[in-house]
Amino acid sequence: MAEATAHAEHKQPAIKLYLFVWGLLFVLSAFSYMVDYVGVQGYPRWFLIILFMLLKAGLIVAVFMHMAWERLALVYAILLPPVMVLVFVALMIPESNYTLFTRMAFFGTAP
Amino acid sequence: MSRTAQTESNETGLTRASGLGGFAADWASDQRAFKNVSWGKAMMWIFLLSDTFVFGCFLVAYMSARMSTVEPWPNASEVFALHIGGENVPLILIAIMTFVLISSSGTMAMAVNFGYRQDRRKTAALMLLTAALGALFVGMQAFEWTKLISEGVRPWGNPWGAAQFGSTFFMITGFHGTHVTFGVIFLLIVARKVMRGDFESGRRGFFTSRKGNYEIVEIMGLYWHFVDLVWVFIFAFFYLW
Repeated sequence: MAEATAHAEHKQPAIKLYLFVWGLLFVLSAFSYMVDYVGVQGYPRWFLIILFMLLKAGLIVAVFMHMAWERLALVYAILLPPVMVLVFVALMIPESNYTLFTRMAFFGTAP
Repeated sequence: MSRTAQTESNETGLTRASGLGGFAADWASDQRAFKNVSWGKAMMWIFLLSDTFVFGCFLVAYMSARMSTVEPWPNASEVFALHIGGENVPLILIAIMTFVLISSSGTMAMAVNFGYRQDRRKTAALMLLTAALGALFVGMQAFEWTKLISEGVRPWGNPWGAAQFGSTFFMITGFHGTHVTFGVIFLLIVARKVMRGDFESGRRGFFTSRKGNYEIVEIMGLYWHFVDLVWVFIFAFFYLW
């Protein structure tokens, strides 16, 4: 029965908030599509892509997945470990550059 | 949403610290670290965390392949363009797929909300709509795969450049599409349970023979939103980069 009372207390945000976030995700997706459509290149392109991606991901996790209403014990347990993937990325960037270097040095092809 | 009181009270009348102090107290406490979260929800989150690493590895592999190839990487903007009305519209199918998946996430979020309000009819209807949008997404992905395969894209090569393009494309979108497909199947199963009133009559489930409640809709929702979340990253890194 403890479960049942816990559910009765379950705080539910208003439907309006979901519709608002839904609209926001549409707008952000349209923006990230426009980055390609307009043809922004180089660093501004990468910056905008990552900016819109993180905003969308944040909205989905915080509101749609209710992370904004969870206790920090769960929030940190779930959201901090994926940050470690960045360490993996940092390891693989020099590794990839080294692979490219050896390919160019031994196969004599330029990108 | 300002629900940042320093303490929260629960059903037993005890107060629980929030903020960093609450985080430390929860993790240092007896029996369970996730205080107001059921085991089902905590386990779904931990499964999603492990799935994050799976997709993280795929995307890191894609990055390494793309950075280390000596051939130019095919231009996704052109590869995924559709010929509509006499001109090539870049990435249009992918954009539509993105909007379809985001819409399905929106309907799922609303289904969870109506579930907690015990509105059976609306919950089931919204879940079925979510499943339909998911199926539409998979259908469009099948169309995309067919188009690319007919143009000569294979895991070992393609007409436009680096051979790794095909292998990473099929690997990443294939794994994501599989997730969407399983999501659709489970959405249909849970929607049927909602429609039949299983979560009100206390009918026992076929596999665990436990009684379910509307939290199952939320747990299903977590999985579905995760699928949408992964697509946000695939869209950014594979299609737009």
